[in-house]
Amino acid sequence: MAVPLHFQSLAELAECLAKREISSVELTRAVIARTEAVEPSVRAFNSRDAADALAQAEASDARRASGQSRGPLEGIPIGLKDVIAVKDQPLTASSRMLADFISPYDGTVTTRLRGAGAVLWGRLNCDEFAMGSSTENSAFHPTSNPWDLTRVPGGSSGGSSAALAAGEAIATLGSDTGGSIRQPAALCGVVGLKPTYGLVSRFGLVAYASSLDQIGPMTRTVEDAAILLGAIAGHDERDSTSLRTEIPDYRAELAGRRGPWRIGIPREYFGAGLDPEVAAAVERAVEHYRGLGCEVRPVSLPHTEHCLDTYYIIATAEASSNLARYDGIRYGHRSTKAKDIVDLYFQSRAEGFGAEVKRRIILGTYVLSSGYYDAFYLRAQKVRTLIRRDFLNAFRDVDVLLTPTSPIPAFKLGEKSDPLAMYLCDIYTIGVNLAGLPAISVPCGFTGAGLPVGFQLIGRPLAEADLLSAANAYDQVHAWGRKTPRL
Amino acid sequence: MADTPRIDIEHVAKLARLALTPEEKAVFGSQLAGILQRVEALGRVDVNGVEPSAHAAAVNNVWREDAARAGLPVADALRNAPAQRDHMVVVPKVVE
Repeated sequence: MAVPLHFQSLAELAECLAKREISSVELTRAVIARTEAVEPSVRAFNSRDAADALAQAEASDARRASGQSRGPLEGIPIGLKDVIAVKDQPLTASSRMLADFISPYDGTVTTRLRGAGAVLWGRLNCDEFAMGSSTENSAFHPTSNPWDLTRVPGGSSGGSSAALAAGEAIATLGSDTGGSIRQPAALCGVVGLKPTYGLVSRFGLVAYASSLDQIGPMTRTVEDAAILLGAIAGHDERDSTSLRTEIPDYRAELAGRRGPWRIGIPREYFGAGLDPEVAAAVERAVEHYRGLGCEVRPVSLPHTEHCLDTYYIIATAEASSNLARYDGIRYGHRSTKAKDIVDLYFQSRAEGFGAEVKRRIILGTYVLSSGYYDAFYLRAQKVRTLIRRDFLNAFRDVDVLLTPTSPIPAFKLGEKSDPLAMYLCDIYTIGVNLAGLPAISVPCGFTGAGLPVGFQLIGRPLAEADLLSAANAYDQVHAWGRKTPRL
Repeated sequence: MADTPRIDIEHVAKLARLALTPEEKAVFGSQLAGILQRVEALGRVDVNGVEPSAHAAAVNNVWREDAARAGLPVADALRNAPAQRDHMVVVPKVVE
């Protein structure tokens, strides 16, 4: 039986659309119908606007009919994590603080997707302000993993990974501060790419930790990730950390750059805490690369054990500063119980933020406060230098690093109530953000219980073309992201 | 490192302009003590002579043309204000 439209790859659908075998309206209708059918059990969306999506699809079909197609994304329904601004649509960051916020403008990635002809479809659930690894910190509702509805989809971009795995979008965008694209991609059996810091504009992204945040694609195949990255990457003067760099045709480069790659296996990423079934699936991926003639060698990233601590100082410090803007004055939740204007700040923030956000604001405020700044924040920034140096040293001898994405497969909803236990989910993804590197999670099989497993490839700064090509050398053969859950 | 990894939760919450319930103070206080105990391990890292990184790869002195251009229209900027009047945000009285 043919694969239903809502489970086809972006590349396949782009070809069908180009050949006029289907229209964008037909495709968008199929995705909407699928969403209506499975969303009661998956709950990946915070909101969606079917009429708006169909109007975009009609406009896309009209462009194509008049020879004005804008490329491979023309007419493709793409879901956006609810931390990315879409003009006139809700932007909640899955927080009570922004429950009624309507975005007055488009983020830069949104503008670029529109410019590429995509159909923007829905606002996808996530952990509140992208803080978490399970999407359970959403103020609205948890999201279920389509492979096992009693389990989490990962996080913070869990709505983006679950919607994609469930066939509720053809591709999605997530954001990644410590693993928030890659970990949910691994747990839901899809591809997730965190670009080099500065490759994709953060203008219109709700800020969590500004020196770590990046927006990136979540897709069914590595080829689709290459297509979507090409559409959103590139310099933007509205983000002062945006890099001025040539954007190659990532998709064309997939075929052009063939290995064999020198692959480094960081020994610190295979220690205690790694689930044996995850380790076995990742080892089989390593074997695949050996079979391609790649040289596989052990490497060491000696400061790995300090990544988590460094991250939770730097990320919370930046979060406490970024989230100071939510004071109940110009936008966001305003308390009706306040005695005076200062109390308005205290009460609005107490009512608007959830537990994890409060915890991180408190920790971040503490590490930046007088008497503790040098001991915690400044020291963490120095260790960050050492962590980046570890990676750059390793890249003298190898082209990419291969690791598990997550130490464990999807866990049960409600299973991890201790914040530290939750933080450990990101142990293999956090170093990449601290070092500003590109990394991709590629699905590489399932556990005996039928839960997806992913491996991570980490590349040199701005080496996305190489990274995607190396990932594709596995994915075009195995294509685990094409498997579909029974829902 | 600081000797005792204890957070004076009342003081820090005040700095963060965050009202906490007694239960939140108790729970966050013990959870954050655990986290601080963990991050104390950074004190063992030799950072002598290491420069701090504020960004992975810093981009400095970013300029754009100093050209006038349209900003967000007032109605759009005020669209999400909890209370407004005459193109202004309404707040509780600041001066008696």
